[in-house]
Order: sequence, then structure tokens, then C-alpha cells
Amino acid sequence: MIKLKINDKNIEIEDGLTVLQACEKAGVEIPRFCYHEKLSIAGNCRMCLVEMEKSPKPVASCAMPASEGMIIRTNTEKVEKARKGVMEFLLANHPLDCPVCDQGGECDLQDQSMFYGIDKSRFKENKRHVPEKYMGPLIKTQMTRCIHCTRCIRFATEVAGVPELGAIGRGEDMQITTYLEKSMQSELSANVIDLCPVGALTSKPYVFEARPWELKKTESIDVMDAVGSNIRIDTYGWEVKRILPKINDDINEEWISDKTRYACDGLKSQRLDIPFIKKNGVFEKTDWRNALEIIKEKIISTDPLKIGGFTGDLTNMETQYSAKEFFSKVLKSKNLDSRHDYTYLDISNRSNYIFNSEINGIENSDFILLIGTNPRYEATILNARIRKTFLNNKTNIYSIGDQGDLTYPYQVIGNTTEDVSKFFEKQSAIYNEFKKAKKPLIILGYSFFLLQSANYLLNKCKEFLNDHIGNMDEDWTSLNIISKDAANVGGYDLKIVGESDEFNHTLDLLHKNKLEIVFLFGQDNIKFKKNKEFVVYIGSHGDKGAESADIILPSPAYTEQDGFYTNLEGKLQKAFKASYPTGNSKEEWIIINEISKLLESKNLFNNKDQLIDNMLNYLNLNLKENKDIFEKSVKGKFFDEEVITVPIDYYYSNVIARASKTMSECRNLKIDFQKTGTEG
Amino acid sequence: MSIKKVSKEQPDNFEFNEENLKIANDIIKNYPVDKQQSAVMSFLYLAQRQNNNWIPLVAMKYIAKLLNMPYIKVYEVATFYSMYNLSPVGKYFVQVCTTTPCMIRGAYKLVEACKEKISKSQNTLSKDGKCSWVEVECLGACVNAPMMQINEDYFEDLDKEKTSKIFDKMLNDEDIEPGSYRGRVNSEPENNRKTLMDLKNASR
Repeated sequence: MIKLKINDKNIEIEDGLTVLQACEKAGVEIPRFCYHEKLSIAGNCRMCLVEMEKSPKPVASCAMPASEGMIIRTNTEKVEKARKGVMEFLLANHPLDCPVCDQGGECDLQDQSMFYGIDKSRFKENKRHVPEKYMGPLIKTQMTRCIHCTRCIRFATEVAGVPELGAIGRGEDMQITTYLEKSMQSELSANVIDLCPVGALTSKPYVFEARPWELKKTESIDVMDAVGSNIRIDTYGWEVKRILPKINDDINEEWISDKTRYACDGLKSQRLDIPFIKKNGVFEKTDWRNALEIIKEKIISTDPLKIGGFTGDLTNMETQYSAKEFFSKVLKSKNLDSRHDYTYLDISNRSNYIFNSEINGIENSDFILLIGTNPRYEATILNARIRKTFLNNKTNIYSIGDQGDLTYPYQVIGNTTEDVSKFFEKQSAIYNEFKKAKKPLIILGYSFFLLQSANYLLNKCKEFLNDHIGNMDEDWTSLNIISKDAANVGGYDLKIVGESDEFNHTLDLLHKNKLEIVFLFGQDNIKFKKNKEFVVYIGSHGDKGAESADIILPSPAYTEQDGFYTNLEGKLQKAFKASYPTGNSKEEWIIINEISKLLESKNLFNNKDQLIDNMLNYLNLNLKENKDIFEKSVKGKFFDEEVITVPIDYYYSNVIARASKTMSECRNLKIDFQKTGTEG
Repeated sequence: MSIKKVSKEQPDNFEFNEENLKIANDIIKNYPVDKQQSAVMSFLYLAQRQNNNWIPLVAMKYIAKLLNMPYIKVYEVATFYSMYNLSPVGKYFVQVCTTTPCMIRGAYKLVEACKEKISKSQNTLSKDGKCSWVEVECLGACVNAPMMQINEDYFEDLDKEKTSKIFDKMLNDEDIEPGSYRGRVNSEPENNRKTLMDLKNASR
């Protein structure tokens, strides 16, 4: 602990902090442009000058380590004069275009010039003009406004791990650009827009759309991947204008992926707004009563065993739970599954399908083994954490299966199940590394559970970890699973796995054309040959699922209703309603309720609160989480096969992203990029 | 000085020739492992010497790969320093000093000669593409003002006539002699030295 004095106030802080951080602890706000908590220190904007006793000149507090007995003053005339001087230089070349600048209203420079700006300019020379730079379809540049804080460069190099941004030239001619003005090849690229303290980097899809003070802000949860990033949804009337990150140090820190941020324009197109019915291969508009009546007739005339259903990748837990109740209590069918493929699962213990060590835990890890997963595309934010760990601790990272560029170096140690099993049998070359590790991570991806040997290997893995519990720190669980979709863990928690968790029987029945009625609750990822099935699609977007449907019932998207989601670590989070559903759409649980009322002349749930209470009760009763003891017996059979990581079409991974124009642009650009190669 | 323009016409590939590769390997040895990116400036200079006084983009990429660093970092260095040329300057690159001492001693006469013999404006190649000239700030040879630098050599104590002669010779690919053009040794007084006569190293 260090004792120092800030503005005549004694404070005590821990070692290793800067003067700026110490001032913040003392409750003194320091203006800054280049300093950012999550990035390295640059110290080039000079806005954070403070007076330090015994120093003849003011010092940049962001770059000055706090030390014992320092006497800092932040409210003297000298400090104010120094900051005013700095501000005058910053404004000398900054254009006076706030009225037409998208940053206006949330601009650090604008805010701080209210305190330190001078109303007259002494700068008689020509103002600098910098040509616009191309940075891809997401980032709009207006580099004349740039004040050279280099936050964007540091973000790209440190957090995103794509050193493509840089400052060329020098002095007045310094310019921030990507290498040869190519677009940034990162899934985190748009975070530089939030980082930019001025209007030099602004959002291209959001250009001239709205002013920040006109927007209604709703804090919510992202569903584009299973990480469950915390977001803020900004709406103007019913329209979702933009999505920004909300700080949550346990999950997404300050960043969100480009898909999270920009897929929101997909909420405006391809929407289902009224019920449709297919007659002679053509969709016709219909009303709710008619549509539900037809469904009722169909259900009555069908054997319950031949009714099946699938919940989707973006489905919230209320819908999943009401679908489950609907199937078990009303339809009396077991054929409801939350999986769209033949994934192996073992839901007897929660730690078999969640990220047990939590995202924060990655930072302490000293050994990481990825098996059949490409975290860069499956869970972008989580990948940024792995990179952070690598940068801070030089953690050794290994992978089974070559994943291409993950933004950090890793060693490929094979690509077959043989190699996996060898590792678990302590035969592998990296076994000694593992043995030394106190907090190792074994990360299994979604592709791992598609393997035929998934059962065998998972149990082998648990047995292996059991043998090494003594080596590891207490309370540390090495087994970690990255789920792919936002609805995954929620669905498994609610035990929506058809007849058994090991094999997707419902999908099997569907593929064998043994189902007569199929309910798709926002499920668009199933490929099957349609025979005579009567398909009911309940969802928000007209996509693959709706195409195959006989009846389409519209429901709201994730920004248009409250809904629970459990993220890949098993954290239950609630997404809040930010905007209104389109047209005549109804929330899924209401639709289910209405069908049940037609069938049994009684509601399944009285209201949403009852539904939520029931669901939370169910979770409380049924969730078994046992992180310490893994069962010992090895089940399942071993197959010698290649560990193939299922490629993910990152910008097209769900209905909202597929309907989004921005995501299409990104995707096309990426395809072009892959064609021409990294050399350009 | 404005930002340097990168040439639109770029060669397709670049590699150090055998001799330069050897030098490069020697340079790299000066730096500890993991810190070898520090060699980037020397490498850029080598590349510039090898490639007719300018650095093409492929050379930057080549160096980036050689030193295992991002392209943009090499690009940053190359655009930062004024002595790296990013577009062709010809086989003979003339830099005329026009800072105060040279200017007082008639540097603009030299500039006139450049305009007549090489090209109308600076930073443009002569008609045969062999040569270009540029006004630069002090080259540190004020005692021998006015002066200019051609490639790596200094030509000192010039006037317009002498400069023109040098250019004529140069453009015919004849050998040109660097140094003082008024017969001085280095920066000694013109009518022989009057002091420090007993110094061993002094010539004459």
C-alpha cells in the first residue's frame, strides 16, 4: 500500500497504480483522451496533466506511477492553464463541424472543451485536412477530426490481435490508417468506434441516423452467440438504431463483437408480421383464429407420438419452457429437442455442458487445450479473453485441429480422436506441461460433441481430470464447454433433449419422415427432406424454417420481448424489451397458451409471471451442479476419426444476421478477402 | 514537408541480393533474440540502396516477414523518416541544402541549376527517369556551403556553373568526384591552413 496526498486529502492505494488511477480513487476526475483502462498507456494527449510537488512542470498523470508520499494537486490554476493550453492545441486543427458530426452529444472532446476550451482561436494558419480512409463496411472515417490519441491502434494490436492499424507520417502529417486502407479483418473491429473520443471513427450503418439524446436506451443481453454479452439497445420509436456494449467485467468487459453490434438492422427486414398458411405451395395471409383452428384440427387427428418439435438457436427460456410444458402436458409427446443436429450430451450434471471455470477464470489459466473448437468464431469475446491471458501470462495454448488465425499463437498437436485419447491417456508430448499447470483449461467445442467418440472421450476426459485433481488449485474446474448458440445452455438446463440426451431421437424421426406434425420454434438450421409433414413455424424472420412451413405464426425477436437466456458459463440473464413487435405477432408462450386452450379448453399458464415462476422453480429443483466429483466409469465406444471443426459462417450464423444488410456486406468482403489471400 | 506519396507503380517482388542478405544477417546479430525488430531501419536502408534509392511496398512486406512483424509497423517507420523514399527518385538522387547558411551562400543558384538540368520541380523525375532533386534542410556541412548531396556523397563549395557541370557528367554516367569544388581539403581554410600545423594527421 502507498500513501499519498491528492488535493490535500490523504489516501491509501495499492501498489502499481498510476497517479490518474489514484486520483480516481480519491474521487477526483481527470480529463483524458488517450488513456483507457483496458489498453496500454500511451501518454500522448497530455490532457491529464496534474501538478506534482517538487516537479517544476505539470506531469501526465496517466503515465506517472503513483509512489509513496507524492503530493498531487489537480485543482490549481497552473493545472487548469496547462490543460487549457493542451486543449487549444487539440482544437487548433479540429474542424468545427459538430453540427454534422455523428459523435455530437457523446463526444469527449466536445464535453471537455466545455470546461477547458477557449472561445476564441489564435490559430490563424490553414487547418489541416486529412483525406478519408477506407476501413471497411462498419467504420466510417473522418480523419480530419482525429486527435491522434492512438486508442484505435492500441485496441487493434492488443485486444483484437490484428495489427492492421497504424500511424503513418509524423507531426502535423500523422495519419491513422489501416495498412494500405484495407478493411480491418477482425470480429471486434467496430469497438474502435466506441473507443474513439472524437468523431474520427464513427459507425457507418448508423451514419446520420439519430442523435444520442433522442434515443431510448434499454440495457439487455445479446443473443448472437452463447457468451451473452451485456448490451445497450438504443431505439428511436420502434426502430432499433444501434447496439452498444454495456460494461460487465465478468463477461464481455467493454467489448462486443461486430455481429452483436450490427446484426440489429436484420430486425427490420424479412420480418413475419401476420400468420401465413400454405395453400398449393403458395403462402396466403390468414388470421390467428383460422391458423390456430387448423393446427388444432391437425393435432387432434394425429397420433401424439408422431408430433415433434424443435426449439431454435435464439429462443428464450420462457418459450423453451412453455414448449416443454405444451409437449408434455398437452400433446403428451416426448419429441421436443433443443438441438438441431446429432450432438452428444450428458445433462445429468450441469458441468458437462457449461464453461465451468467462467470467462473470468480464463485470465488465471496457465495451460489451455482447445479440442475441436474455433473460439474466434464460436465465441468471439471469449477468444479475446484467451488472447488477453496469452499477452499477460504467456500461457501455452494447444489445439487439436488446425483453426487458422486465432489472434494468438498456438500449437497444433494433432487432429484425430487418437490424439485426443492419447492426451487423456497421459501419452502426449504436452502431458508434462499439463501436469505442471495449476489452473489448466480444457476447452471442448461444439464440434467435439458431434464426434462419434464424444461419449467415450468426454468420460475419458473426466477420468483424466479426476486423476489430476491433486495437481490443480482447489475450486478449479478444468472442463469447459463452449456452446454455440444463445439458447443452448438454457435448453439443456430445462432438459429439452427429447427422449434421451445422448442421441437426438426427434431429429432421427424427422429424417426418417416418421413425424406428421413438426413445430419449429424459431428453428431454422434443420435440413430435412419434406415428405408429408405438417410444419408449423413460430418465429420472427422469414428464413429457411418459414420456407418449409405449412403454417407460419409470427413472434417477436429478442429485442421485442423480455426473455431469459443462460450464457455459456451458466449465468442466467434477462434480456429486456426495447422495441415493439411487428404487425400482429404474438409472443411464443401466448401462441402456445392459445393452442392449449383450443385443445383442452384451459390455459397452460395464467400469465407470464406464473410461467417465469414455474420455470425458475423447475430450474431450482432440477439443476445439479457438481464441479468436484466426476463419475469414473468410461462409457461409450472409441472411434478413430478426424476432429473436424465445423466451419461457422460467422456473419450468417442466425436468422437476424442473415437478414442484415451490414452482415451480408461483411460476409462478402470476407469471402473476397479469402479468395485474394492475406497478401492482398 | 507533407506526407510522402507511395508510388502507384510497384514492382511485383523484392528480395535482398546475396550481398545484402549477408549484411542483413550480420545486422540482425547485433540484437538479442526477440528484439530483432530493431533492425528494421537498417533493413529499410539496405533495401533502398539495393532498389535504386527507393523502397517499394513489396520490400516492406519482405522485411516485415523477415523480422516477423506486422506490415503496418514497417510501413509506419518507412513513412516516418524523411530519408526513406517511397517512390522512384532515379539512379541519382540529388538533395540540395537550402537552409540559412547555404541559402546565404547562394543555394538557390544550385536549385536553378537543378531546374534547368534535371526537372522543373522537385520530387519529379528527369525525362530519362535517371535523376530527381529535392530541397532539404541542413545536411550539416555549413562550412562548405552551398552544397548538395548526390546519393551518398557530398558536393561542396558549389556555384551554379560547377553544379551544372557535375550534372552534365552525372547524367552521362561519368564518374563524379565528391568533396570541395574550390580545392579545399574537407573544411579547412581556402588558402591553406594557418593553425595546428604540427598535427600529425593533417595532410598537405
